[in-house]
Amino acid sequence: MPDLTPLWLTLRVASFATAIAFAFAVGFAWLTARFAFWGRDFLDAILTLPLVMPPTVLGYYLIVVWGRNGWLGSWLSAHFGISLMFTWQGAVLAATVVAFPLLFKSARAAFEGVSTEYEQAARILGDSELRVFFRITLPLAARGLLAGTMLAFARAMGDFGATLMVAGNIEGKTQTAAMAVFDAVQAGNYNLANTLVAIMSVVCVTILVMTNKLASRGRAGR
Amino acid sequence: MRLEIDIRKTLQSGGRRFELTAAFSSRDDLTVIFGASGSGKSLTIQAIAGLVTPERGRIAVGGAALFDSQQGINLPTRKRRVGYLFQDYALFPHLTVRENIAYPLKKAWPLKLSSDSQLEVTEIMESFEISHLAASYPAELSGGQKQRVALARAMIKKPSILLLDEPFSALDSMLRHRMRMELLDIRQRFAVPLVVITHDPADVEVFGDTLVIFANGRVEEISNRKKLAAPEDEDGWRAKVCWRAQWKKKNLTAQNFAMASGS
Repeated sequence: MPDLTPLWLTLRVASFATAIAFAFAVGFAWLTARFAFWGRDFLDAILTLPLVMPPTVLGYYLIVVWGRNGWLGSWLSAHFGISLMFTWQGAVLAATVVAFPLLFKSARAAFEGVSTEYEQAARILGDSELRVFFRITLPLAARGLLAGTMLAFARAMGDFGATLMVAGNIEGKTQTAAMAVFDAVQAGNYNLANTLVAIMSVVCVTILVMTNKLASRGRAGR
Repeated sequence: MRLEIDIRKTLQSGGRRFELTAAFSSRDDLTVIFGASGSGKSLTIQAIAGLVTPERGRIAVGGAALFDSQQGINLPTRKRRVGYLFQDYALFPHLTVRENIAYPLKKAWPLKLSSDSQLEVTEIMESFEISHLAASYPAELSGGQKQRVALARAMIKKPSILLLDEPFSALDSMLRHRMRMELLDIRQRFAVPLVVITHDPADVEVFGDTLVIFANGRVEEISNRKKLAAPEDEDGWRAKVCWRAQWKKKNLTAQNFAMASGS
């Protein structure tokens, strides 16, 4: 039986990354979908940037910001004595940034698809803004949010470049499945490579099929 | 009931500019705001509900100010106690009919409705004859059923005024006639004043005790049905066109009477 530690680490990293990306993506998506403010298109572009930039460039940006001498990294090490570089938390950071745009884009489209008339109706029926969001906007956007979340999870699982830059490739510590495959092929260990590739392919195909199902049911309506 | 409105609102999108100057008051329980689309009538009831905020002016229902720019009053929508019937009803698609109607009664905690509220929902569904639809979703309902559900949802918290935005435009003409009668009946049962927005003269005949006619963002005419007896008075020609059937009937009866007594 090949060593499956990288897979468990990948699942853990992808789960945390998706959860963090979800919180930020929903917030920014709601903001950009519901309010027209100065610089909205620019903000959208910045938030979508990780989708089109090379992962290594992203990794470099993350080092600049979160590295030991970085903008936020130096603050972290000065006040808490911790650094995210070369830790699994660093891998979470990289995966979060890489997965974020997929969730943000789906969430924005989902929120824009919720008619503001439903929200107005809820206000007239006595709801505060917070209650409108949780009782109307979020449930009506749920399908799109779930599809975006699954895509983001699949993307977070598969990241290589950004994670390598930030967290390195330390066996048993920061070596995720994607990197383990690379190492296994380099070392000629095709048995391990095949196992990891097969498991990851099955997981990703399952996720994509489920996402498509959600999307098509969303189109058909209730 | 007294409804007082005196507001100004400017909308600007791109190069286009729309200016609304609406000032009127109504002492009747049935008020119709009549006008073509784009005349500012929708914007006016949206302002009453607090969905749009005028630049300045005053809105008062039954003497209580909902909005007053001079006194700095601007109640949030949720505190205005208005009922609102949207043109396409705005029933929440993810909730059943029963959940839609119970929506305003539901609190953050406890999650379940109190038994009093449950009873209230059951009763209002019975009075609107929609009990059999309780478990249906809005997409499964016909136009008339949707309207009854939307009315039940609007009335369950006993609003102090009910605003209706083109309430019958989505219905076929037979159903339209029936729903008009049902709405009059609801007005009686709940003793709630109605403000109806429409561009259909037939609605004016039924609901227009006070008729406010809008054109190009301004109030063109204000007429009162009670003054109809003297057709040559100050009421405008548009009001007479809307009330023509009633007016004709009245005049014909008078003529017949004159002929009968003359012969």
